[in-house]
Amino acid sequence: MLLRHTTDEVLERTALTVNPAKTCQPIGAMYAALGLHGCLPHSHGSQGCCSYHRSTLTRHYKEPVMAATSSFTEGTSVFGGQANLLQAIETIFTVYNPDVIAVHTTCLSETIGDDLVQIIAKAVGDSKVPEGKHVIHCNTPSYVGSHVTGFSSMTKAFVTYFADPNAEKSKQINVIPGWVEPSDMRELKCLAHKMGIDIVMYPDTSDVLDAPQTGKHEFYPKGGTTVEQIRSSGGSAATLGLGLSASTAAVDALTAKCGVAGTMLELPIGLQATDRFIDTLRTTAGVSVPDAITDERGRLLDMISDMHQYVHGKRVALFGDPDQLISLSEFLTLLDMKPVYVVTGTPTPQFEQRFMDATGGNTPEAKIRAGAQADMYLMHQWIKQESVDLLIGNTYGKYIARDENIPFVRHGFPILDRVGHSYFPTVGYDGAMRLLEKILGVFMDRQDRDAPEESFELTM
Amino acid sequence: MVDILRERERQVYRKGQETSFQLDCEKQSVAGSVSQRACVFCGSRVVLYPIADALHIVHGPIGCASYTWDIRGALSSGPELHRLSFSTDMQEMDIVRGGEKKLYAALCELIDEHHPKAAFVYATCIVGVIGDDVGAVCKRVSMEKGIPVLPVHSDFNLAGETWIIRDYYARMGVQVVSCITGDGRIDEIRRAHGAALNVVQCSGSMTHLAKNLKDKYGIPFIRVSYFGLEDMSKSLYDVARHFGNKEVMQRTQSIVREELDRAMPLLAEYRRALSGKRAAIYVGGAFKAFSLVSALRLLGMKTVMVGSQTGNKEDYEQLRELCDEGTIIADDSNPLELSTFLEEKEVDVFIGGVKERPIAYKLGIGFCDHNHERKEALAGFEGMVNFAREVYGSVMSPVWQLTPRKRAGTLEVVR
Repeated sequence: MLLRHTTDEVLERTALTVNPAKTCQPIGAMYAALGLHGCLPHSHGSQGCCSYHRSTLTRHYKEPVMAATSSFTEGTSVFGGQANLLQAIETIFTVYNPDVIAVHTTCLSETIGDDLVQIIAKAVGDSKVPEGKHVIHCNTPSYVGSHVTGFSSMTKAFVTYFADPNAEKSKQINVIPGWVEPSDMRELKCLAHKMGIDIVMYPDTSDVLDAPQTGKHEFYPKGGTTVEQIRSSGGSAATLGLGLSASTAAVDALTAKCGVAGTMLELPIGLQATDRFIDTLRTTAGVSVPDAITDERGRLLDMISDMHQYVHGKRVALFGDPDQLISLSEFLTLLDMKPVYVVTGTPTPQFEQRFMDATGGNTPEAKIRAGAQADMYLMHQWIKQESVDLLIGNTYGKYIARDENIPFVRHGFPILDRVGHSYFPTVGYDGAMRLLEKILGVFMDRQDRDAPEESFELTM
Repeated sequence: MVDILRERERQVYRKGQETSFQLDCEKQSVAGSVSQRACVFCGSRVVLYPIADALHIVHGPIGCASYTWDIRGALSSGPELHRLSFSTDMQEMDIVRGGEKKLYAALCELIDEHHPKAAFVYATCIVGVIGDDVGAVCKRVSMEKGIPVLPVHSDFNLAGETWIIRDYYARMGVQVVSCITGDGRIDEIRRAHGAALNVVQCSGSMTHLAKNLKDKYGIPFIRVSYFGLEDMSKSLYDVARHFGNKEVMQRTQSIVREELDRAMPLLAEYRRALSGKRAAIYVGGAFKAFSLVSALRLLGMKTVMVGSQTGNKEDYEQLRELCDEGTIIADDSNPLELSTFLEEKEVDVFIGGVKERPIAYKLGIGFCDHNHERKEALAGFEGMVNFAREVYGSVMSPVWQLTPRKRAGTLEVVR
């Protein structure tokens, strides 16, 4: 029992978070910045922060993750970080030569009160930013929100710095994909392509964090949205934002700055959420849905029909990021499963309402918690009081799964002990099939493992 | 050749070059570098975290706790309290008004629920800036709850290594009083001052502790390395010699003989395949690198590049003496430099930590983790065999036959 110290009695805690279901803002900003072509993320703070984010992203993606740091010292916290950032900008353009430096702050630089707008303006004034190169920023105080907030803020910064209100008007559609995997971003582009729609999507980490083995260490892999593409998004016909928590800020900023009409949808995970995504694309672009996509949907529906008896009524506990949890809950409900415990450390306005909207109130016994003290310790205590049949979440769930003997499907960030998430999407119809396959796989493996000899069956 | 940052010129040395050897080290990374280093908090968390029956709480915003939650192997033979991640999860108002009250409340909640033997409070960098008096809070809680509560301002039991070493000492007839910090217990650490000798592995952090124990309690200490056959044997002999007991020495001799008899034939097999291959090393503390160079040499391999995040002057001098002509020695390196060194030296295996692994693989080079993500013990005689097996497995993998490097015979770093 690795978590033998977890008790079933829930004591109200006021000051303490145990086994967090979130992390801090800067890593989200770093992940988003990696989805910009030729960009070197920069962490304005102590080098420990930068090192943690790079290590965590490296463990999750098994890819080199490049990011620079302002390397604060004790002196910096007294005199401010301006000198460090100016020197950093000069060093980075001289040595690492990116197209863009995307600066995010840390709790230290936020508390010292560094004014990034002023420092970047000074760097430009002092000619430290070469012609055609850019320095952008967003504020990511670690003591506000979560990693999702940081992702959202950096995505919004792309709009603030690059989207051009005077860009040529075009029929292309902007897609703000939210915090999903490179595989998911690739799948979203692929679906739009099959429908014959031109899209510009940002951030886009495909071909950055799932780069092929070429025998080269590409400091700036070929993927990522280009600055030029983001500029053009100011003249697009419409914007589609996916994931309310991660994408609303960028979509709203684009409407405010460039007048591009925006539509917000939950992440297209599961059948119905994908239906809404495809349908919104169809009506916005004025195209029809090709047979290839209709058939994908049909295959998913067929798989659900074939297998619905195996998942019916199963109780599920999920933890992770709000956008993922909402769409997963909707899909589980369609599968006639019960999302009974849903926990995110990310403070999320209207989380319960979104859950109700997604599940139609089908699981009245569900316990939902977001924000302060919404952690895995609490969820584990709920499970101890009344167990579940399945656990879905990031790698940290393995302790609970092992101790409570619960089948476990890994989904979310970070996944430190399995591969696949970078390569196989969970968005779209095919993604939903993969999710269902994984869920069925853990149930059936468990049944085979536990079945007494007399009821061990070849066919299931 | 990639331009090395001008400021970094003196932090990279090639053995055999004309200039006199004086490597710059123990200096801050240049702002804007993609440094592989972490922070002081990380260091203390990694060192103390294996004390399994103590409570470890991180006072700061959530990230510091999340990123250090069970990230390194720290096996416990009993309690698992250290596996939980406790944080005060500071919010904006805590930054504005100070976090002392929250820390006090969190500590009380925790101690009442878990009754630990002691508590470590990790003050993150932000706590220093906002001026929380963590020491005072700890003192107060310590008085009220009757357990030591220690502020930590700011190596180990990787993959069960402590257990291997304890076994050797037991067979020698030497009693291990306390083990800091691998699979550690508070009561054992309290007895540490009663020891006759402190044996220190790992460079900076633990040597400092041993010096303190020497000054305060007059306990002598010796620095050892448990990695590699030579160093392992020497360590056991050094300890035996210290006690000046003939029986202990005889037992030690027979342990070393037995273990070598077992390990050598296995190693000979690996050596046949690995002989002449080239290795690069980039580690946190430089002390590890000494043993690695010797161990690789035992396998017939050449170390063509070696560096560390935090080595000091003596460390680098010792490395220079140890290494062959032409070997690159680097302090506080970065991915761009490392890729370039790997390419230039046509390295077959890279030994490093989490952030170095994918760089090696992208270039089509084998890799062996010598840091937090170790799965198998590398200490002791059997550890050397594990190390050889792992290096062999990665260097000889058929996958490298398919990668462009082997086909084209060159490596390339693209900026």
